[in-house]
Amino acid sequence: MDADASPSSRHRADFVARAVLLSADDVQRAVRRIAHEVVERVRDIESLVVLGLQTGGVAFGDLLSSSLADITSLHITRGTLDVAFYRDDVAQRPFVNSAASEVPVDLDGRRVLLVDDVLFTGRTIRSALNALGDFGRPHSVQLAVMVDRGHRELPIRPDYVGKNLPTSLGEEIVATPEGVWIGSRGAP
Amino acid sequence: MIDSIRGRNLLTLDGLSDVALLEILDTAELFVEVNQRTIKKVPALRGRVVASLFFEESTRTRLSFETAAKRLSADVLSLAVASSSVKKGESLRDTIATIDALGIDAVVMRHRSSGAAHQVSRYVPLVRVINAGDGLHQHPTQGLLDVFTVRQVLAERRHAKGSETGKELFDGLHVLIVGDIRHSRVARSDIAAFSTLGAQVRVAAPGTLLPASVQDWPVSVVEDFDEALEWADVVGVLRLQRERGSGSFVPSLTEFTGSFGLTAERASRLARGAIILHPGPMNRGVEIDSSVADLDAALISRQVTNGVPIRMATLYLSLSGSLQGARS
Repeated sequence: MDADASPSSRHRADFVARAVLLSADDVQRAVRRIAHEVVERVRDIESLVVLGLQTGGVAFGDLLSSSLADITSLHITRGTLDVAFYRDDVAQRPFVNSAASEVPVDLDGRRVLLVDDVLFTGRTIRSALNALGDFGRPHSVQLAVMVDRGHRELPIRPDYVGKNLPTSLGEEIVATPEGVWIGSRGAP
Repeated sequence: MIDSIRGRNLLTLDGLSDVALLEILDTAELFVEVNQRTIKKVPALRGRVVASLFFEESTRTRLSFETAAKRLSADVLSLAVASSSVKKGESLRDTIATIDALGIDAVVMRHRSSGAAHQVSRYVPLVRVINAGDGLHQHPTQGLLDVFTVRQVLAERRHAKGSETGKELFDGLHVLIVGDIRHSRVARSDIAAFSTLGAQVRVAAPGTLLPASVQDWPVSVVEDFDEALEWADVVGVLRLQRERGSGSFVPSLTEFTGSFGLTAERASRLARGAIILHPGPMNRGVEIDSSVADLDAALISRQVTNGVPIRMATLYLSLSGSLQGARS
């Protein structure tokens, strides 16, 4: 796989890949490993609700749910969560891609697992925690991310990490089930 | 053409591209989901102040805008014009200067003069202005909620979400707008929205209720309402605006109803699956028969319901991002 086979990503039209960090197989293996960790740490899998964050986390949420269903042979409740309306920077950012939230059950007393593609400043997760409150009061909330690239601006840490990738602020990471790329915005 | 209302005023639908219209419709669809929750409120506009200035009476538009702003967590100031300094003779400019001085972020404004919202937007370049109806000119959010409602219903028939269909369902859609075109800002906004999205629009009205400028609009004029009935996929019925003196443009109300009212007999001749819209408030028995207004094909209460997500989308987009077109 070379950098040209790169992330078609509809949401990152201006992304220019420099290198492939993980292949699709690497990603699959990481997700399966996370699924095993979840089974080990969450005793009460029936009360689990896997929520992929719109828009980049949704594909990983689906992948992880399927993996969990394989391992446990149980039905895994899954959904999506959109945090665009909960961000604290509506005025400062140009715009945030968004799509509808689909939370299939009341979250009261459930064990919620948030899933996202890349953990960066932590602000998306803060928004997600606020958004969750409008759907009920979960028993607990955990966080799984495909890539943790550092540079946290808030006291937030992931419970499950696919890959730790130290980056510089000017770099961009794109993580999809087809692979993980590092690059930059605009012309290389 | 403008491709997005992010950070902009919303004064008219004329000049907005299909891309800009679809962005608003797709955003409104996200807010439909918010409006179905137990807690129908998101913090998107927390700390922003939205003032509603209605210099002309309104029930649904004002309540709808204020509900929308509150569901976005904005603080809402509602100026009751009847008990304000406007009654002491304060000019529009001075009233608006007060708004500006108070540091308000957005003004939702209705006024009996065409162009009033545009004029206000020039007085206060740092405040986003949303036109909630200006004279005979435009009522942008009504036009938006009408196209939104039509797309929603047509998409449901295909078991799809409106946003999945883009503007496809408008392609060649037959839209017939009937009644008091001359005095209707709703007609002007509907025509702009439907035709930009690709629909074919016809208007039917007595000659006296057609404006002289109709020949420049992207519509064709139908002399006989009855002949166009079977053609229409969507019939937009307009209110006969008696408060604007429409009564004197027709020989009598009975005569108007006889030729251009959507009676039960006419409704029975509509194509299968045709949709009836009315912006309200209705003159039952004048432009629309009471029994027709209560048909399943008449989406009047759905239009009102959709007003809230459309106005949430408008406020959210307009107040998002950095201010466009402001004097620096």
